[in-house]
Amino acid sequence: MSIKRISKKQPDNFEFDSDNLKKANRIINNYPEGKQQSAVMSLLYLAQNQNENWIPLAAMKYIGKFLNVPYIKVYEVATFYTMYNLSPVGKNFIQICTTTPCMIRGAYKLVEACKEKISQNENEISEDKKCSWVEVECLGACVNAPMMQINNDYFEDLDKEKTLKILDQILKGESPKPGSYRGRLNSEPENNRKTLLDIKNA
Amino acid sequence: MLKDEDRIFKNLYNDLGSDLNSSKKRGDWTNTKELCGKGRDWIINEIKTSELRGRGGAGFPTGLKWSFAPKEVGSRPHYLVINADESEPGTCKDRDILRFEPHKLIEGCLISSYAVNAKKCYIYIRGEYFNEGQKLQTAIDDAYNNNFLGKDACGTGWDLDIYIHYGAGAYICGEETALLESLEGKKGQPRLKPPFPALVGLYGCPTIINNVETVAVVPTILRRGAKWFASLGKPKNTGTKIYCISGNVNSPCNVEEEMGTSLKDLIETHAGGVIGGWENLKAVIPGGSSMPLLPKKICDTIKMDFDSLIAEKSGLGTAGIVVINNDQDIIKCMARIARFYKHESCGQCTPCREGSGWMWRMLERMAKGEASKDEVDMLMDVTKQIEGHTICAFGEGSAWPVQGLLRHFKKEIEKRNNFKPLVNRNKNIPYLVDQHLLDKKNA
Repeated sequence: MSIKRISKKQPDNFEFDSDNLKKANRIINNYPEGKQQSAVMSLLYLAQNQNENWIPLAAMKYIGKFLNVPYIKVYEVATFYTMYNLSPVGKNFIQICTTTPCMIRGAYKLVEACKEKISQNENEISEDKKCSWVEVECLGACVNAPMMQINNDYFEDLDKEKTLKILDQILKGESPKPGSYRGRLNSEPENNRKTLLDIKNA
Repeated sequence: MLKDEDRIFKNLYNDLGSDLNSSKKRGDWTNTKELCGKGRDWIINEIKTSELRGRGGAGFPTGLKWSFAPKEVGSRPHYLVINADESEPGTCKDRDILRFEPHKLIEGCLISSYAVNAKKCYIYIRGEYFNEGQKLQTAIDDAYNNNFLGKDACGTGWDLDIYIHYGAGAYICGEETALLESLEGKKGQPRLKPPFPALVGLYGCPTIINNVETVAVVPTILRRGAKWFASLGKPKNTGTKIYCISGNVNSPCNVEEEMGTSLKDLIETHAGGVIGGWENLKAVIPGGSSMPLLPKKICDTIKMDFDSLIAEKSGLGTAGIVVINNDQDIIKCMARIARFYKHESCGQCTPCREGSGWMWRMLERMAKGEASKDEVDMLMDVTKQIEGHTICAFGEGSAWPVQGLLRHFKKEIEKRNNFKPLVNRNKNIPYLVDQHLLDKKNA
């Protein structure tokens, strides 16, 4: 089980803005009547997006009331799942996969790059408040290892230099292109493709 | 090598585009109405004759699973849930299906829902696959706009709604009952079985849970015939499978191949061979991190299918092949996997919650050579006490890779860790966990 740190600084209030309110009502309709608790995970995501990528306790209370479920039920969901950030993270939230398939292809070099460019420790927000990084477990892009995720985008087939370049771009406020950084098409075998060639050449 | 025309996922690398029109060109949605028109029993029978086994790891026969759903809808509605919570280290096949072949999955959902009497289908996607989920949502919207979903879906007379539900980074939600808990908006902690989800599942209603790949191959099987599918591979291990080859190979990739292809062939033909040559191979994890690894000697001859791998005390799992060569420290690799399991244990059952941490810490010390001789056997004892003593299969999943390491590389661990134990005691007691009690007379 992972340890979750809840921020000491908490805002007093939280409410969905009108846009998210509409989305929330639509999400609740995806589930049968009386089973609105199912929407709790999606609503936590909405709250996280609205509140600069982290969920304050006030939001959990608000969602509890919104769905008519006890606060503790929302709290336990928010603390169970690793993707809910319970304390502030950088605007660009960088997750580096270091599980074995990535590790044996050099994922810890990417960690070094993050330490150089962003902060010495995980979950520490960089000086300009733009970035923070964290080591995570398998992100499910093992054939494109090593890789990292910045917000919603996957950056694949990296090494240390490429990571440094991407981080530089991020720090400058640019948005680098997601996908493979060795120029291959998604998960095809590089320089060695033997299947579906008719389709490729068509 | 499998012929290109026999490949089910023709757009695995996205040469053609994943939109509705190009999917139709590849044959999706061509005669869905006719297929459903042949009736539920026909569909389930075809799947049974095709001997399709679930592609999510356990390899349970799909047709059999479907036949467990009640024949008539009673007071409780039926549900179909698609497991797209792909988080097993080494596995990334479902991601490509979600991204590039979404219509195969959606059409499969329609046919499967019809076969098991479900009018609602939830697709549970892991939260990290947000972009993939958005792509799938676009495909679902397209399908709705063309009347392939919704009321009288695709002219079959069956109503079907598909919803996407995002997970939030919990590996355990790939376990089917944990997935249901998560879908109900709770912590993802597995339920006791029985009752099985086919009778008491989502919201207490009959629920069929299938992996993405399993459902996505269903339309092609029905279209080309169960006999065609059964002719590929071996009896009881039929059809094609997407293999994910990662780790120390020259060109890691996803590739669709026949079941029962030899491991060496897969690595040499498709993945460009092991880095440093086949002789440089140390071990292979054949089916995602929870399957015990195989040393080079077995890798030379092993065939990749469910039964051949079980015979070698491993398993096909999700067919996520992780190749480890001699440049890597095998103990460290397995210690990292143990850390993964420590991180992902849901905390419900004590043997798994505590034991996964013990295994990780012991392996970390063993990797550094700081463990004592007797700890190697102690580690084996810990794995045995986790295995079979938990609610779900996570216990086995975390214990097996360590057992695999001990089975094949025990000598290497012992060579590195030859300290004498700090305290010498009589260790002939099977329950090492309670050793501390031995000092107390009245315990």
